[in-house]
Amino acid sequence: MYWYSIKSMISRELLIAVRYPAEVLNPLVFFLMVVTLFPLGISPEPQFLAQIAGPVIWIAALLAMMLSLDSLFKNDFDDGSLEQLLISPSPIVMLVLVKVITHWFTTVFPIILLAPLLAMMMQLPDEGYRALILTLLLGTPVISMIGGIGAALTVGLHRGGVLLSLIVLPLFIPILVFSASAIEAANMIMQYDGQLAMLAAMLVLALVTTPFATAFALKISINN
Amino acid sequence: MPEVLLRAENLLFEYDDLLLFEQLNFSAQQGEVVYVEGPNGSGKTTLLKILCGLIEPTEGQIYWRDQRISSAHIDYRQNLLYQGHQAGIKSSLSARENLKWLLSLKGLRPGLDKIDEALALSGLMGFEDVPCGHLSAGQKRRVGLARIFISNEKIWILDEPFTAIDKKGVATLESTINQHAEQGGLVFITTHQSLNLTVPSQCITLD
Repeated sequence: MYWYSIKSMISRELLIAVRYPAEVLNPLVFFLMVVTLFPLGISPEPQFLAQIAGPVIWIAALLAMMLSLDSLFKNDFDDGSLEQLLISPSPIVMLVLVKVITHWFTTVFPIILLAPLLAMMMQLPDEGYRALILTLLLGTPVISMIGGIGAALTVGLHRGGVLLSLIVLPLFIPILVFSASAIEAANMIMQYDGQLAMLAAMLVLALVTTPFATAFALKISINN
Repeated sequence: MPEVLLRAENLLFEYDDLLLFEQLNFSAQQGEVVYVEGPNGSGKTTLLKILCGLIEPTEGQIYWRDQRISSAHIDYRQNLLYQGHQAGIKSSLSARENLKWLLSLKGLRPGLDKIDEALALSGLMGFEDVPCGHLSAGQKRRVGLARIFISNEKIWILDEPFTAIDKKGVATLESTINQHAEQGGLVFITTHQSLNLTVPSQCITLD
């Protein structure tokens, strides 16, 4: 019976994303701009670009995600659908997870699709592409899920965006470090399984723990 | 003897050192309409949210069929319809899609004809496919209220349901509320209008 409420939640979120494409396009355009400005601002030297390509793309993706995280629960909070969700008999933890995953799919997945193109522009060595895509695929969902806790905690605050960044940004550093080091290792034709395994472990941990924290944080936010 | 559905014991609510109410006791039975009255800012909405389980009272307990609402959780929520100030309506979705989602939260999956019927009863015939952002304030409220024409919940908690609704709409809602109480339901309502009800009612006054 509750599979239906989960399914219905997915189709609702996707429908809203289709009707309001600005929410999807904003982070994507931001990502594109930041990466494009780097060669113009620092140096168009191919060898230099190849060195910073991986980290620049990762940092730009991370910042683009931070932009969109703020709105994860905001609209639902403002129009009252969050209240309806929280008093529903459906499994709230699952619905919250569904919301975070569809948000990832609509805002971050396009960024990952665009990443190889920008990597080519940034002269990323051929060996680095696989590592770049794999780290993005493993790392960005963790960022969405951890960011979801922060977004849930700050949803009731006006201008909670700054606080949100302060809360969650430090937690993203390990993901960035492992991803950058995986891409660097790949560029030097070295093994990077270890870094990928760490990212995968973080993903699994985030998947089983963060939905509970997010649902709880939402309850606290709505209590005030 | 009608069954007592909801009972509150010694409710006390304090917010930022401001005491909204204390020593609030009541029990509400099947077939009853309960008015929550009081001036603006007296805590009517807060009380309704406490009854929903959205807000924890500072002290006191609420029982649903002699079980605390926090432990009766799923059974209670299945029987609860709450309409707050914000109706939970997405402006980018149509009336039909909004209503469908609100019902799906309860696991309900009515057919399209049932949904259109509820929307028609709510006075939205011809607006089923219009994005709710293009509807008027009263029409948006009607989308949320359309749930009561399709619901199987025992308890309705309606916070100012008549805001921005025209006279004819109020009359329809009144008769639906009457009907629900006659069929053994329970309605909590805050309103500044006087209603024509044929069913027993009680009044909780907050000051």
